[in-house]
Amino acid sequence: MSTSFTPVVAGSALPSDAPAPATAKSVPQLGGTPNPSAAALQARFPTAVRSIGVVWGETTVIVDRGELLEVVQWLHDDASQRYDFLSDVTAVEFRDLELPIEVVWHLRSLPYRRFLRLKVLLEKGSPLEVPSVWSVYKAADWLERECYDMFGIRFTGHPDLRRLLMWEQYREGYPLRKDFPLRGRFSRSEQLRQALAANPEARYSKEELSIAQAFEDLPDDMRRRLSAGEKTGE
Amino acid sequence: MGLSRRPDPAITQLSSGGDPWTATRLDFVVNWARANSLWPMPFGTACCAIEFMATAASRFDLARFGMERQSFSPRQADVLICAGRVPFKLAPVLRRIWQQMPQPKWCISMGSCASSGNGIFDNYAVVQGIDTIIPVDVYVPGCPPRPEGLLYGIMLLQKKVMNERSADKSLRNEMEPDPRSQLYIPAPMIDEVSEPFGNSVHQTRSGL
Repeated sequence: MSTSFTPVVAGSALPSDAPAPATAKSVPQLGGTPNPSAAALQARFPTAVRSIGVVWGETTVIVDRGELLEVVQWLHDDASQRYDFLSDVTAVEFRDLELPIEVVWHLRSLPYRRFLRLKVLLEKGSPLEVPSVWSVYKAADWLERECYDMFGIRFTGHPDLRRLLMWEQYREGYPLRKDFPLRGRFSRSEQLRQALAANPEARYSKEELSIAQAFEDLPDDMRRRLSAGEKTGE
Repeated sequence: MGLSRRPDPAITQLSSGGDPWTATRLDFVVNWARANSLWPMPFGTACCAIEFMATAASRFDLARFGMERQSFSPRQADVLICAGRVPFKLAPVLRRIWQQMPQPKWCISMGSCASSGNGIFDNYAVVQGIDTIIPVDVYVPGCPPRPEGLLYGIMLLQKKVMNERSADKSLRNEMEPDPRSQLYIPAPMIDEVSEPFGNSVHQTRSGL
């Protein structure tokens, strides 16, 4: 699968008389000019956009969970937006039980030199599920896996939602949640016992190989063993 | 630490009448050769590895101590230098590398993280001292230790190698972890040595 690569020049979609980029001075903490994409979003998706805020000159749009994928798809595809770079997917949990968990997407439009932060609010107690943007940005693959690993937020539609940083058999929970004790839930010896039980050479599972499209090329007996749940190297 | 106590060499020497003169001279020659050709297996995971590189480079010149060759294969190495913090995910890897090293072998735990978890890494992801995974000969304190510190640790190890006696059969005992739990020291001992300085055992970051 090879596609021709067209370099994206930063600011290439801006009019030629646009001012040269400069570091903004004396940016207010709250308020300020929102990103023009926010108004465009509100016009395009009046039901999805819940609020628009500007913090330190960066625009935050809180969108509805159900329409998130359409919003991101539109921001990526529309010729007037062209958000072609997903720089981060993460989440924020507050200590307050009343405050919802926020899932955050950082989008950047290189041709327009814009930055947009999308947020979805997940009430505590409700299932922590948001749609995956993997179909739009392939970069979301590991970012969403990390977010799932650390916060336990399930990204529906992700092709391979497994833990990324902690090992796959990790059973103590989601480390960045506020109810997670800093030293973990188990005693040190139990943590060490579980860690040492892992086989350092068991690297690839059947799912991993089938996503890499290498599974079909394996020898028959290896495919059979992997299908039985075994990992390579074991 | 739950390890078998080695007999005090002075006592055994008195009771058994001491090793024959030829054996002690042979020990000296063998130990001298071993101590001056320790090949390190660098297991660098963090900033301590940068100091290790500085130690190996021309200014501090690890080659003066017979460590001319950095062995990046555990099978041709004598001393494992663990430089940096070891997360739990890396614990079976470190254990495997140690088991792949042939005897005689020694281990230097370089820096506070490898030696004790360093306090600031007293969290859910980091092993509280690699001596809970593999036996360690020399601990080098520091965060990270200066190259002089590591050189001092290496010289201590050389001194330890020079004092070894071939008559002491317990020296080459391979670590045998419990096949069920994979731990080589008792579990309460691990909990005890990885106890934090503060009372953060039952700590949660909020009242939730």
